[in-house]
Amino acid sequence: MNRRDSIKYIATGTLASGLLFSGCDWAEKKEAVVKSLWKYKYGRTPSEIEHDNLLLSQKFFSQEEMEMITQLGHFILPRNEAGNIEEAEVPEFIEFMAKDFPEFQKPLREGLTAINERAQLQFNLSFVKTDDKQKKLLIDPIAYPDAVAEALLEQSEFFTLMRNLVLTGYFTSEVGLKDLGYQGNQPNVWDGVPEDILREHQMEYDPKWTSNFLDVDKRNDVAQWDGDGNLIT
Amino acid sequence: MYILKEKKEYDVVIVGSGAGGGMATKVLSEAGLKVAVVEAGPHFDPANPEQMTQMKQPYHSPRRGANTSRAFGDFDMAYGGWDIEGEPYTRAEGTDFDWFRSRMLGGRTNHWGRISLRFGPLDFKSKSRDGIGEDWPIGYEDVKPYYDKVDKLIGVFGSKENIYNEPDGFFLPVPKPRLHELYYKKGAEKAGVKVMPSRMSILTKRINQERGVCFYCNQCSRSCQVYADFSAGSCLIFPAQKSGGQIALYTDSMVREVTVDGNGKATGVNYIDKKSGLDYSIKAKVVVMAASSCSTARILLNSKSASHPNGLGNSSGLIGKYLHDSTGGGRMGFVPNLMNRKTYNEDGVGGMHLYSPWWLDNKKLDFARGYHIEVWGGLGAPSYGFGFNPNDLNSFFGKPVGGYGEFLRQDVKKYYGSLIGMDGRGESIARKENYCEIDPNRKDQWGIPVLRFNYKWSDEELKQAKHMQNTFEEIITNMGGIPLGEKPGRDKNYGLQTPGRIIHEVGTTRMGDDPKKSVVNPFEKLHDLDNVFVVDAGPFVSQADKNPTWTILALSWRTSDYIVDQFKQQNF
Repeated sequence: MNRRDSIKYIATGTLASGLLFSGCDWAEKKEAVVKSLWKYKYGRTPSEIEHDNLLLSQKFFSQEEMEMITQLGHFILPRNEAGNIEEAEVPEFIEFMAKDFPEFQKPLREGLTAINERAQLQFNLSFVKTDDKQKKLLIDPIAYPDAVAEALLEQSEFFTLMRNLVLTGYFTSEVGLKDLGYQGNQPNVWDGVPEDILREHQMEYDPKWTSNFLDVDKRNDVAQWDGDGNLIT
Repeated sequence: MYILKEKKEYDVVIVGSGAGGGMATKVLSEAGLKVAVVEAGPHFDPANPEQMTQMKQPYHSPRRGANTSRAFGDFDMAYGGWDIEGEPYTRAEGTDFDWFRSRMLGGRTNHWGRISLRFGPLDFKSKSRDGIGEDWPIGYEDVKPYYDKVDKLIGVFGSKENIYNEPDGFFLPVPKPRLHELYYKKGAEKAGVKVMPSRMSILTKRINQERGVCFYCNQCSRSCQVYADFSAGSCLIFPAQKSGGQIALYTDSMVREVTVDGNGKATGVNYIDKKSGLDYSIKAKVVVMAASSCSTARILLNSKSASHPNGLGNSSGLIGKYLHDSTGGGRMGFVPNLMNRKTYNEDGVGGMHLYSPWWLDNKKLDFARGYHIEVWGGLGAPSYGFGFNPNDLNSFFGKPVGGYGEFLRQDVKKYYGSLIGMDGRGESIARKENYCEIDPNRKDQWGIPVLRFNYKWSDEELKQAKHMQNTFEEIITNMGGIPLGEKPGRDKNYGLQTPGRIIHEVGTTRMGDDPKKSVVNPFEKLHDLDNVFVVDAGPFVSQADKNPTWTILALSWRTSDYIVDQFKQQNF
């Protein structure tokens, strides 16, 4: 779905009932928008900024739903010393995606409602009031797609979607990138795979190719060629 | 309609600012000609902090880089996409074509793959080789001097390989292959597939003091702020402005038609200022079309007059015909030996460090024309989608898929960098039956009639795609890997992508000597008019299994030299 379609969804009101402005007053909201604008400043066109601001100023999930998303997030990816889903702003990311990609709205909302109903039925508690043991009993039957009862298939699909959003949200965050060990996105000079890793994989650079490889010390010398296209600098 | 007149008159008006338009802008303005460049999108400079996405982190995007806003993700540097609000196109029933447009100064050169391949001697004479399609009226020897000049002006890394149909050029040094690429090399060579360093217009070494040197962030698709990769703005138009060229840039200006006088000679263009919605006309002695193959065809077909009733330069009826895009197919594999990797910065340049050129002789095959193979994988930057189905690969080890808990974190790390992929990009046959035309029933938001596409793949492309899939599977297996997903069969067109998806669409204003069988002459001039040229990929007679940009640049330079020469002879 492209941006135009998602705007269309909002405008036609098919899902607009969930998209209420947050209760805070205008000044507070404006401040929040300005803050998020600054936070998400990354080369947007004017129409993209307008669209993102619209989404950022709207609220799709209720407070209880947000609490459920947060608890489910921690359950899917428990915190450890490397980081947790709240540091990774996973709940905010899921709230944004529900507005940015409206196809997510129905399965997420219905999934949250259904798991809440099961919590009520089994424990006479709302999901957010259940403890870890009770959560495990609610989630185990829907957590392994290969072994799900027919009646819980939709619940399982919901849980898979939640797991995907939680993990992608975590590993694209500042803490998640660090946890993963991703070391790029910074200026550097690529001079090949580290020696010890080459050895570990029993690989080597083809000696016939060596003369073509970049000499990193000469990369700032302006290129010059002879008449046959041989580099002479 | 009321049309406001621009006061200034120009020697040349250039429609579009991508590879073809950018090169024409540079060559013509540096020859002292007064040039107007008309671009349908806004101004763009990769060094402008307001527009820059390079070096941003995934979490700088509230959607973590997802493609709900931009077709290739939130950081990709193409304003536009497959669908542009208010500027639709249609498809004839039972046919398929997806049309990608980038509306900005520099066009698609801001995000393209930088794969910079020369056409070889065989590529210009395909019909002589296999009896299918048509030969170009020019040959490699005509274009070679311009390929050489483009190499030196813009910069391309590569290695000298002495392969007849993959001509060498003036190359910068190549970056060493990444780990998964070394695995690919082993697997491919075992299958008899040639592997060599890729050829890409990225500066691994300085070529002048105006442009920087690559700092290996892997983000060429975001356009480089130090101008270390090729885009038409940073490498052609801005330098031409700095060197004193008389260039007037009209941005957010969409050309409606080429105008003609009572004698049928072109006098300039009419355009819509998108911001005000007002129509303007620009007068010029020469019109250079560089709006991209299909946009150029659309403008010419919409430029109807008493002297050109079928559209400008369309006495042959061939404008829009022979539209063809590269074939595309791909496969992904899982390499268990690449599990549990020690991580290090493996970003490298924006794309592959090695690839496979076409390596077989079609005489021994059941299809015409070849394909090259691009390879991907490695310890790349996570973006939206990373971590989806985090442990599906557990099924290969009899371990549970799905679940929750700390082990998910470990599974993601375990499999990080263990996937590799291959994409085949091949030559399709230019056929008259594949074309774009004006849809009589539909106009865009500016009231301009839109294009309707008619495109179907033929057996030649299907057989080629089938061959690709067999090759991919063999290479993955040779690497010690496991091909993932189901191998696409006949019911899925062997994985052949929808026409247009590879974004190499060419051929709509075919070049030739015979005005009845072609639209432009060997200098890309419309047969029907003396002062209108086409310097995008429209004139391509066949597209080879090479990405078109380097040939667009070389031909645009050649045509621009011709235009300068004609000005000197006072022929305009």
